[in-house]
Amino acid sequence: MSTILTLMMPLIMGGVGLYALFRRVDVFAALTDGALDGLKTLLRIFPSLLMLLPVISMLRASGLLDALAGLLSPVLDRVGIPAELTPLMLLRPLSGGGALAAATETIRAFGADSLIGRTAAVMIGSTETTFYVIAVYFGAAGIENGKRIIPAALIADLVGFVMAAVTVRWFFS
Amino acid sequence: MTLAIIWVIGVVAAVGYSLFAGTTEAVAAAVFDGVETAVQFCLGAGVIMCLWCGVFEVMGRAGLTKGLTRLLKPILCKLFPRTARYPDIFGALSSNVAANILGLGNAATPMGIKAAQGMAKLRGERSAKELATLVVLNTASVQLIPTTIASVRAACGAAVPFDILPAVWVTSVCSVAAGLLTVKVLNR
Repeated sequence: MSTILTLMMPLIMGGVGLYALFRRVDVFAALTDGALDGLKTLLRIFPSLLMLLPVISMLRASGLLDALAGLLSPVLDRVGIPAELTPLMLLRPLSGGGALAAATETIRAFGADSLIGRTAAVMIGSTETTFYVIAVYFGAAGIENGKRIIPAALIADLVGFVMAAVTVRWFFS
Repeated sequence: MTLAIIWVIGVVAAVGYSLFAGTTEAVAAAVFDGVETAVQFCLGAGVIMCLWCGVFEVMGRAGLTKGLTRLLKPILCKLFPRTARYPDIFGALSSNVAANILGLGNAATPMGIKAAQGMAKLRGERSAKELATLVVLNTASVQLIPTTIASVRAACGAAVPFDILPAVWVTSVCSVAAGLLTVKVLNR
Protein backbone atom coordinates (compact mmCIF):
# COMPACT_ATOMS: atom_id res chain seq x y z
CA MET A 1 0.00 0.00 0.00
CA SER A 2 2.71 2.48 0.92
CA THR A 3 4.55 1.84 -2.35
CA ILE A 4 1.34 2.56 -4.25
CA LEU A 5 0.82 5.79 -2.31
CA THR A 6 4.43 6.84 -2.94
CA LEU A 7 4.09 6.18 -6.66
CA MET A 8 0.51 7.47 -6.88
CA MET A 9 1.14 10.27 -9.33
CA PRO A 10 3.47 8.40 -11.76
CA LEU A 11 1.19 5.34 -11.60
CA ILE A 12 -1.90 7.34 -12.56
CA MET A 13 0.03 9.14 -15.29
CA GLY A 14 1.24 5.85 -16.74
CA GLY A 15 -2.05 4.01 -16.35
CA VAL A 16 -4.19 6.76 -17.84
CA GLY A 17 -1.65 7.30 -20.63
CA LEU A 18 -1.58 3.63 -21.61
CA TYR A 19 -5.37 3.31 -21.51
CA ALA A 20 -5.81 6.47 -23.58
CA LEU A 21 -3.23 5.38 -26.14
CA PHE A 22 -5.08 2.06 -26.41
CA ARG A 23 -8.30 4.01 -26.99
CA ARG A 24 -6.52 5.99 -29.76
CA VAL A 25 -6.60 9.32 -27.95
CA ASP A 26 -3.99 11.92 -28.92
CA VAL A 27 -2.52 11.79 -25.42
CA PHE A 28 -0.05 14.64 -25.69
CA ALA A 29 -2.52 17.11 -27.17
CA ALA A 30 -4.96 16.25 -24.37
CA LEU A 31 -2.22 16.72 -21.74
CA THR A 32 -1.25 20.17 -22.97
CA ASP A 33 -4.88 21.28 -23.47
CA GLY A 34 -5.64 20.21 -19.92
CA ALA A 35 -2.57 21.97 -18.56
CA LEU A 36 -3.70 25.16 -20.30
CA ASP A 37 -7.11 24.82 -18.65
CA GLY A 38 -5.32 24.32 -15.33
CA LEU A 39 -3.34 27.51 -15.92
CA LYS A 40 -6.60 29.38 -16.52
CA THR A 41 -8.01 28.00 -13.25
CA LEU A 42 -4.83 29.04 -11.47
CA LEU A 43 -5.10 32.53 -12.95
CA ARG A 44 -8.70 32.71 -11.74
CA ILE A 45 -7.92 31.73 -8.13
CA PHE A 46 -4.60 33.60 -7.85
CA PRO A 47 -6.03 37.06 -7.10
CA SER A 48 -8.12 35.79 -4.19
CA LEU A 49 -5.21 33.74 -2.81
CA LEU A 50 -2.92 36.76 -3.12
CA MET A 51 -5.38 38.88 -1.13
CA LEU A 52 -6.36 36.28 1.47
CA LEU A 53 -2.97 34.79 2.34
CA PRO A 54 -1.49 38.02 3.78
CA VAL A 55 -4.59 38.47 5.97
CA ILE A 56 -4.27 34.95 7.38
CA SER A 57 -0.52 35.48 7.91
CA MET A 58 -1.25 38.76 9.68
CA LEU A 59 -3.86 37.16 11.91
CA ARG A 60 -1.38 34.46 12.89
CA ALA A 61 1.52 36.90 13.39
CA SER A 62 -0.58 39.19 15.57
CA GLY A 63 -1.19 36.34 17.95
CA LEU A 64 -4.96 36.57 17.53
CA LEU A 65 -5.22 33.11 15.95
CA ASP A 66 -3.37 31.55 18.87
CA ALA A 67 -5.58 33.42 21.34
CA LEU A 68 -8.68 32.25 19.49
CA ALA A 69 -7.33 28.71 19.40
CA GLY A 70 -6.70 28.86 23.14
CA LEU A 71 -10.25 30.03 23.70
CA LEU A 72 -11.80 27.32 21.57
CA SER A 73 -9.51 24.46 22.46
CA PRO A 74 -11.52 23.25 25.49
CA VAL A 75 -14.48 22.65 23.16
CA LEU A 76 -12.53 21.36 20.16
CA ASP A 77 -10.23 19.16 22.29
CA ARG A 78 -13.27 17.19 23.33
CA VAL A 79 -13.88 16.08 19.73
CA GLY A 80 -10.14 15.84 19.07
CA ILE A 81 -9.83 18.66 16.53
CA PRO A 82 -6.70 20.86 16.82
CA ALA A 83 -7.98 24.37 17.63
CA GLU A 84 -5.41 25.82 15.20
CA LEU A 85 -7.70 24.67 12.38
CA THR A 86 -10.58 26.96 13.41
CA PRO A 87 -10.07 29.53 10.60
CA LEU A 88 -9.88 26.73 8.03
CA MET A 89 -13.13 25.18 9.25
CA LEU A 90 -14.93 28.53 9.32
CA LEU A 91 -13.86 29.39 5.78
CA ARG A 92 -14.34 25.95 4.24
CA PRO A 93 -18.10 26.05 3.50
CA LEU A 94 -17.97 29.70 2.38
CA SER A 95 -15.02 30.10 0.07
CA GLY A 96 -12.88 27.57 -1.80
CA GLY A 97 -10.07 30.10 -2.26
CA GLY A 98 -10.23 31.20 1.37
CA ALA A 99 -10.08 27.64 2.66
CA LEU A 100 -7.21 26.80 0.33
CA ALA A 101 -5.36 29.90 1.55
CA ALA A 102 -5.95 28.94 5.19
CA ALA A 103 -4.86 25.34 4.53
CA THR A 104 -1.75 26.38 2.60
CA GLU A 105 -0.76 28.80 5.35
CA THR A 106 -1.39 26.17 8.05
CA ILE A 107 0.53 23.46 6.20
CA ARG A 108 3.46 25.83 5.70
CA ALA A 109 3.40 27.03 9.31
CA PHE A 110 3.19 23.59 10.97
CA GLY A 111 4.80 21.38 8.31
CA ALA A 112 3.21 19.11 5.71
CA ASP A 113 3.89 15.97 7.72
CA SER A 114 2.76 17.34 11.08
CA LEU A 115 -0.48 16.16 12.66
CA ILE A 116 -2.06 19.61 12.17
CA GLY A 117 -0.82 19.91 8.59
CA ARG A 118 -2.15 16.48 7.68
CA THR A 119 -5.51 17.14 9.36
CA ALA A 120 -5.82 20.40 7.39
CA ALA A 121 -5.14 18.49 4.16
CA VAL A 122 -7.68 15.76 4.95
CA MET A 123 -10.30 18.39 5.83
CA ILE A 124 -9.85 20.07 2.45
CA GLY A 125 -9.69 16.74 0.61
CA SER A 126 -12.93 15.39 2.02
CA THR A 127 -15.23 18.43 1.96
CA GLU A 128 -16.48 20.92 -0.64
CA THR A 129 -17.32 24.64 -0.75
CA THR A 130 -20.82 23.86 0.51
CA PHE A 131 -22.54 27.24 0.15
CA TYR A 132 -21.04 27.87 -3.27
CA VAL A 133 -22.38 24.53 -4.55
CA ILE A 134 -25.78 25.21 -2.97
CA ALA A 135 -25.89 28.67 -4.58
CA VAL A 136 -25.08 27.22 -8.00
CA TYR A 137 -27.78 24.55 -7.78
CA PHE A 138 -30.41 26.79 -6.21
CA GLY A 139 -29.88 29.32 -8.97
CA ALA A 140 -29.85 26.82 -11.81
CA ALA A 141 -32.73 24.60 -10.73
CA GLY A 142 -34.88 27.23 -9.03
CA ILE A 143 -34.94 25.45 -5.68
CA GLU A 144 -36.61 27.80 -3.22
CA ASN A 145 -36.49 25.66 -0.13
CA GLY A 146 -33.19 24.90 1.60
CA LYS A 147 -34.81 23.49 4.72
CA ARG A 148 -33.41 20.01 4.27
CA ILE A 149 -30.45 20.71 2.00
CA ILE A 150 -28.58 23.25 4.15
CA PRO A 151 -28.71 21.31 7.47
CA ALA A 152 -27.79 18.05 5.74
CA ALA A 153 -24.87 19.66 3.89
CA LEU A 154 -23.58 21.32 7.08
CA ILE A 155 -23.84 18.08 9.06
CA ALA A 156 -21.82 16.38 6.31
CA ASP A 157 -19.14 19.10 6.70
CA LEU A 158 -19.12 18.78 10.48
CA VAL A 159 -18.73 14.99 10.32
CA GLY A 160 -15.97 15.53 7.77
CA PHE A 161 -14.05 17.86 10.12
CA VAL A 162 -14.34 15.54 13.11
CA MET A 163 -13.47 12.44 11.09
CA ALA A 164 -10.47 14.19 9.50
CA ALA A 165 -8.97 14.64 12.97
CA VAL A 166 -9.92 11.09 13.99
CA THR A 167 -8.55 9.38 10.86
CA VAL A 168 -5.27 11.32 10.86
CA ARG A 169 -4.69 10.18 14.42
CA TRP A 170 -5.61 6.60 13.43
CA PHE A 171 -3.28 6.43 10.48
CA PHE A 172 -0.36 8.55 11.66
CA SER A 173 0.15 8.17 15.40
CA MET B 1 -19.92 40.02 0.04
CA THR B 2 -19.04 37.49 2.75
CA LEU B 3 -15.42 37.51 1.64
CA ALA B 4 -15.31 41.31 1.67
CA ILE B 5 -16.41 41.32 5.30
CA ILE B 6 -13.99 38.54 6.23
CA TRP B 7 -11.12 40.36 4.52
CA VAL B 8 -11.72 43.75 6.10
CA ILE B 9 -12.45 42.35 9.58
CA GLY B 10 -9.36 40.13 9.26
CA VAL B 11 -7.05 43.07 8.54
CA VAL B 12 -8.59 45.32 11.19
CA ALA B 13 -8.56 42.55 13.81
CA ALA B 14 -4.92 41.65 13.11
CA VAL B 15 -3.78 45.28 13.36
CA GLY B 16 -5.92 45.95 16.42
CA TYR B 17 -4.76 42.85 18.26
CA SER B 18 -1.10 43.52 17.40
CA LEU B 19 -1.31 46.95 19.09
CA PHE B 20 -2.65 45.24 22.18
CA ALA B 21 -0.25 42.27 22.10
CA GLY B 22 2.84 44.17 20.97
CA THR B 23 3.28 42.19 17.77
CA THR B 24 3.10 45.13 15.34
CA GLU B 25 6.40 44.34 13.63
CA ALA B 26 5.45 40.74 13.03
CA VAL B 27 2.11 41.81 11.54
CA ALA B 28 3.77 44.23 9.15
CA ALA B 29 6.21 41.53 8.05
CA ALA B 30 3.36 39.03 7.66
CA VAL B 31 1.93 40.97 4.70
CA PHE B 32 4.99 40.13 2.63
CA ASP B 33 5.14 36.66 4.07
CA GLY B 34 1.57 36.07 2.82
CA VAL B 35 2.40 37.39 -0.64
CA GLU B 36 5.41 35.10 -0.73
CA THR B 37 3.19 32.16 0.19
CA ALA B 38 0.85 33.08 -2.68
CA VAL B 39 3.72 33.17 -5.16
CA GLN B 40 5.12 29.91 -3.81
CA PHE B 41 1.67 28.40 -4.13
CA CYS B 42 1.59 29.25 -7.83
CA LEU B 43 5.11 28.11 -8.58
CA GLY B 44 4.86 24.93 -6.51
CA ALA B 45 1.36 23.64 -5.97
CA GLY B 46 -0.13 25.53 -8.92
CA VAL B 47 2.19 23.98 -11.47
CA ILE B 48 1.62 20.49 -10.09
CA MET B 49 -2.13 21.16 -10.33
CA CYS B 50 -1.70 22.06 -14.02
CA LEU B 51 0.02 18.74 -14.60
CA TRP B 52 -2.93 16.99 -12.97
CA CYS B 53 -5.37 18.95 -15.14
CA GLY B 54 -3.54 17.58 -18.17
CA VAL B 55 -3.82 14.01 -16.90
CA PHE B 56 -7.51 14.56 -16.15
CA GLU B 57 -8.14 15.84 -19.65
CA VAL B 58 -6.65 12.59 -20.99
CA MET B 59 -8.94 10.65 -18.62
CA GLY B 60 -11.97 12.49 -19.95
CA ARG B 61 -11.04 12.02 -23.62
CA ALA B 62 -10.30 8.33 -23.10
CA GLY B 63 -13.87 7.85 -21.88
CA LEU B 64 -13.04 6.91 -18.30
CA THR B 65 -16.03 8.91 -17.07
CA LYS B 66 -18.36 6.81 -19.24
CA GLY B 67 -16.94 3.58 -17.86
CA LEU B 68 -17.36 4.74 -14.28
CA THR B 69 -20.89 5.97 -15.06
CA ARG B 70 -21.85 2.44 -16.05
CA LEU B 71 -20.30 1.01 -12.86
CA LEU B 72 -22.25 3.46 -10.71
CA LYS B 73 -25.65 2.77 -12.25
CA PRO B 74 -26.88 0.12 -9.74
CA ILE B 75 -26.03 2.26 -6.70
CA LEU B 76 -27.53 5.42 -8.17
CA CYS B 77 -30.73 3.58 -9.16
CA LYS B 78 -31.26 2.85 -5.47
CA LEU B 79 -30.56 6.43 -4.40
CA PHE B 80 -32.66 8.00 -7.17
CA PRO B 81 -35.43 5.53 -8.04
CA ARG B 82 -37.77 8.14 -9.54
CA THR B 83 -35.13 9.93 -11.64
CA ALA B 84 -33.90 6.55 -12.91
CA ARG B 85 -37.10 6.31 -14.97
CA TYR B 86 -35.96 9.19 -17.16
CA PRO B 87 -32.82 8.10 -19.07
CA ASP B 88 -31.83 11.64 -20.15
CA ILE B 89 -31.87 13.13 -16.66
CA PHE B 90 -30.44 10.00 -15.08
CA GLY B 91 -27.60 10.00 -17.61
CA ALA B 92 -26.64 13.57 -16.69
CA LEU B 93 -26.91 12.71 -13.00
CA SER B 94 -24.66 9.63 -13.31
CA SER B 95 -22.07 11.59 -15.32
CA ASN B 96 -22.14 14.29 -12.63
CA VAL B 97 -21.39 11.78 -9.87
CA ALA B 98 -18.75 9.96 -11.96
CA ALA B 99 -16.97 13.22 -12.85
CA ASN B 100 -17.05 14.26 -9.17
CA ILE B 101 -15.46 10.97 -8.13
CA LEU B 102 -12.69 11.40 -10.71
CA GLY B 103 -12.20 15.01 -9.63
CA LEU B 104 -13.24 16.53 -12.97
CA GLY B 105 -14.99 19.53 -11.45
CA ASN B 106 -15.27 21.39 -14.74
CA ALA B 107 -17.18 18.52 -16.32
CA ALA B 108 -19.23 17.70 -13.22
CA THR B 109 -20.98 21.03 -12.67
CA PRO B 110 -22.69 21.43 -16.10
CA MET B 111 -23.90 17.81 -15.90
CA GLY B 112 -25.18 18.30 -12.36
CA ILE B 113 -27.03 21.48 -13.35
CA LYS B 114 -28.58 19.70 -16.34
CA ALA B 115 -29.74 16.88 -14.06
CA ALA B 116 -31.05 19.31 -11.42
CA GLN B 117 -33.02 21.31 -14.00
CA GLY B 118 -34.55 18.12 -15.38
CA MET B 119 -35.45 16.90 -11.90
CA ALA B 120 -37.00 20.26 -10.98
CA LYS B 121 -39.27 20.01 -14.05
CA LEU B 122 -40.55 16.59 -12.99
CA ARG B 123 -42.36 18.19 -10.03
CA GLY B 124 -43.89 16.11 -7.27
CA GLU B 125 -42.60 15.57 -3.76
CA ARG B 126 -40.62 12.46 -4.72
CA SER B 127 -38.43 14.18 -7.28
CA ALA B 128 -37.96 17.20 -4.99
CA LYS B 129 -36.57 14.81 -2.39
CA GLU B 130 -34.22 13.27 -4.91
CA LEU B 131 -33.12 16.72 -6.02
CA ALA B 132 -32.21 17.52 -2.40
CA THR B 133 -30.18 14.29 -2.31
CA LEU B 134 -28.33 15.29 -5.49
CA VAL B 135 -27.42 18.74 -4.13
CA VAL B 136 -26.20 17.27 -0.83
CA LEU B 137 -24.15 14.70 -2.74
CA ASN B 138 -22.50 17.60 -4.57
CA THR B 139 -21.82 19.63 -1.42
CA ALA B 140 -20.02 16.66 0.13
CA SER B 141 -16.79 15.51 -1.49
CA VAL B 142 -16.72 12.13 -3.22
CA GLN B 143 -13.43 12.87 -5.00
CA LEU B 144 -11.19 9.80 -5.05
CA ILE B 145 -7.87 11.62 -5.43
CA PRO B 146 -7.72 15.11 -3.91
CA THR B 147 -5.05 16.47 -6.24
CA THR B 148 -5.19 20.14 -5.25
CA ILE B 149 -4.33 19.63 -1.60
CA ALA B 150 -1.84 16.87 -2.49
CA SER B 151 -0.11 19.42 -4.73
CA VAL B 152 0.06 21.85 -1.81
CA ARG B 153 1.53 19.11 0.38
CA ALA B 154 4.08 18.22 -2.30
CA ALA B 155 5.10 21.86 -2.65
CA CYS B 156 5.46 22.13 1.15
CA GLY B 157 7.87 19.22 1.32
CA ALA B 158 5.66 16.27 2.31
CA ALA B 159 7.61 13.02 2.12
CA VAL B 160 4.67 11.19 0.51
CA PRO B 161 2.05 13.76 -0.57
CA PHE B 162 -0.58 11.06 -1.11
CA ASP B 163 -0.15 9.28 2.22
CA ILE B 164 -3.32 11.07 3.39
CA LEU B 165 -5.46 9.11 0.88
CA PRO B 166 -6.73 6.38 3.25
CA ALA B 167 -7.68 9.05 5.81
CA VAL B 168 -9.40 11.12 3.09
CA TRP B 169 -11.37 8.10 1.88
CA VAL B 170 -12.62 7.09 5.34
CA THR B 171 -13.49 10.72 6.14
CA SER B 172 -15.29 11.27 2.81
CA VAL B 173 -17.37 8.11 3.20
CA CYS B 174 -18.44 9.14 6.73
CA SER B 175 -19.24 12.69 5.67
CA VAL B 176 -21.23 11.66 2.56
CA ALA B 177 -23.09 9.03 4.56
CA ALA B 178 -23.95 11.60 7.25
CA GLY B 179 -25.24 14.04 4.62
CA LEU B 180 -27.35 11.46 2.80
CA LEU B 181 -28.73 10.09 6.06
CA THR B 182 -29.73 13.55 7.27
CA VAL B 183 -31.46 14.33 3.98
CA LYS B 184 -33.28 11.02 4.21
CA VAL B 185 -34.48 11.73 7.75
CA LEU B 186 -35.54 15.31 6.87
CA ASN B 187 -37.30 14.03 3.74
CA ARG B 188 -39.73 12.02 5.83
